[in-house]
Amino acid sequence: MLTGGQILIECLKEEGVDTIFGYPGGAVLPIYDALYDADIRHILTRHEQGAAHAADGYARATGRVGVCLATSGPGATNLVTGIANAYMDSVPLVALTGQVPTGLLGKDSFQEADITGITMPITKHNYLVKDVADLPQIIKNAFHIAQTGRPGPVLIDLPRDVTASQAEYRKAKAPNLRSYKPVMAGARSQILKAVKLIAKAQRPVIYAGGGVVNSGGHEELRQLAEMLMAPVTTTLMGLGAFPGDHPLSLGMLGMHGARYANYAVYESDLLIAVGVRFDDRVTGKIESFAPEAKIIHIDIDAAEIGKNVPVDVPITGDVKTVLKQILKELKAHPNEAWKEKIEVWKKEYPLEYDTNNGLRPQAVIREIYHATKGKARVTTEVGQNQMWAAQYYTVTRPRSFITSGGLGTMGFGFPAAIGVQVGCPDEVVFDIAGDGSIQMNIQELATAVTYELPVNVAILNNGYLGMVRQWQELFYNRRYSYTELHNPDFVKIAEAYGAEGIRVENKADIRPALDQAIASSKPVLIDFIIEREENVMPMVPPGEAINKMLG
Amino acid sequence: MKSTLSVLVENHPGVLARVAGLFSRRGFNIDSLAVSTTDNPTISRMTIVVDGDEAVVEQVAKQLRKLVCVTKVLDITNEPHVERELVLIKVNADAQARGEIMQIADIFRAKIVDVGRRTLIIEVTGDKGKIDAIETALKPYGIKEMVRTGQIALVRGSRTAIINSKED
Ligand SMILES: Cc1ncc(C[n+]2csc(CCOP(=O)(O)OP(=O)(O)O)c2C)c(N)n1
Ligand SMILES: [Mg+2]
Repeated sequence: MLTGGQILIECLKEEGVDTIFGYPGGAVLPIYDALYDADIRHILTRHEQGAAHAADGYARATGRVGVCLATSGPGATNLVTGIANAYMDSVPLVALTGQVPTGLLGKDSFQEADITGITMPITKHNYLVKDVADLPQIIKNAFHIAQTGRPGPVLIDLPRDVTASQAEYRKAKAPNLRSYKPVMAGARSQILKAVKLIAKAQRPVIYAGGGVVNSGGHEELRQLAEMLMAPVTTTLMGLGAFPGDHPLSLGMLGMHGARYANYAVYESDLLIAVGVRFDDRVTGKIESFAPEAKIIHIDIDAAEIGKNVPVDVPITGDVKTVLKQILKELKAHPNEAWKEKIEVWKKEYPLEYDTNNGLRPQAVIREIYHATKGKARVTTEVGQNQMWAAQYYTVTRPRSFITSGGLGTMGFGFPAAIGVQVGCPDEVVFDIAGDGSIQMNIQELATAVTYELPVNVAILNNGYLGMVRQWQELFYNRRYSYTELHNPDFVKIAEAYGAEGIRVENKADIRPALDQAIASSKPVLIDFIIEREENVMPMVPPGEAINKMLG
Repeated sequence: MKSTLSVLVENHPGVLARVAGLFSRRGFNIDSLAVSTTDNPTISRMTIVVDGDEAVVEQVAKQLRKLVCVTKVLDITNEPHVERELVLIKVNADAQARGEIMQIADIFRAKIVDVGRRTLIIEVTGDKGKIDAIETALKPYGIKEMVRTGQIALVRGSRTAIINSKED
């Protein structure tokens, strides 16, 4: 006989889980008791939100399911932002929450929160386990749901009497979900239609997103691009789906995309949309997004196809599988003239910034790129720091640019970096942060120090909630309402936690600081005092057409 | 435009909340929703009448299909099908009006299921057109209370919703 808690651990091991991120409390005592001598690594964060983001970062970097654990009530509600974040960015996550004993459910008991109700709209699915006998099959199904089809978070709520009770452990059978069957292959008729359209196109553009990364279809994407000589632009979530240093790469498109990326989309006659969802930050004014193009849209989630724009050839299926199907039917079809036109745009409208005076955030990011030889795993916070990172850190491989795209969660980057470092212990990890965002989960410095995780944090310190200030400057007549920050001494904070802190105020000191951080075996926080009112440019004003850019 | 979706779902707790939540969250308009178990006790059927253009209804169907507890979604609007709704109408009926009301009930093949001192309760089944018509006919007498079950529907002929397939 085992306790429910012990059965849970057996089931997690059965799913190949080696690490969970969590925080204890009364309702999960039976689980923590089982963890005490289990051969699963438990990382104690300092806030449940940190645990959820760390599990998220771990999942995005490794491609495996991230697992987080919290107690009932406030523990569970503290996970909510992290779960919503994983949901918006399609990250496979299993969130385990303690719950009051089944007999006390629905009675407003101490630390009771209806977490399955609360997370219904932000999980792919969730469960409340009422009988320990159901536990193995629920865990099996939950992991299956989280990582197949369009990935997403699944929450399992575990009443304390369920994890405390004794039962015989019976291994679960294969997932038994008759109503859940993701389609992998695209319909052949649609593949042929797509191939026909591609053969006719003269100005094709590939618009690639996080779905490419999730499916592992980046190699197939490269082949497709090279066969057509088609430029590839990616979304924020798609950075790394196509090598940023490839001659066909246009970098990111959309509100803060490169000018040439937006121009290419605007003038294309065929848009091959792969694992994307036509988000408003990408399309701008929707009617003028690729107005002359036919659209092929490939996505695992049928509901994304036709949601925001009408599509000529919809293909529902796993991106990698569908791209393989297309490649099999396709003949090389280089579009030389188009490629040349794009080369001209690239020369005429490069991404650029003022390199003359002051400490520029863009320069910091370029130096991080050089110092890490482009091989770091980068996470970001949210705001200007995030956009500069996306523009200036050339991402060359998938799963190495990890950012809160859909929800835009300040405070994501640092705990995510911790999860990334746990998943990739031998790699250099950088969180590119803002002075505002870092303070939303700065307590996780304790976690990084405790577990000797040598994550690096580069704070682009402008003394502002910079992105909001930028909008106030541009659209609210420079009325900086509550966006100026009076910050603590970040170097001292780092040191107080037992991490290293470095302050950089001059351009010349960027590289030495970075080299020191990379060489250090401790977590290092670098406080870059940057130009205070630097803006992210170019920019498509909200609601404007994507070829009408400022800056 | 109104469309009728026939939706098979797992008979689990919370399924109705998931479906209802989806409609409110995404701003879809439900005209009516009727749920009950089917001959298979593990499966329930929801008949949902949705108000929206073709694109909206397609989104509704796709979003419903994404729910792990939804087994099948069929848009039966343009298929030959039988649709019915049951309505109870409590109408003012003094001695004078009683005869006329009973005649109206007769015309609509409705039943009088309760006779009060000043009121009658009329039970009628039919499609939306018929229900609307009797409602209009009874209105002048003063409808005191009314309850409708919401529309239910089945496709005509031998076609059925097969339980273990998710596409239509
Ligand atoms: C949790 C949360 N609250 C508020 C916002 C709105 N917001 C978006 S960017 C931003 C400013 C971020 O400031 P900072 O971290 O200093 O980054 P900067 O833009 O200055 O680089 C704010 C407040 C958000 N995205 N997330
Ligand atoms: Mg800032």
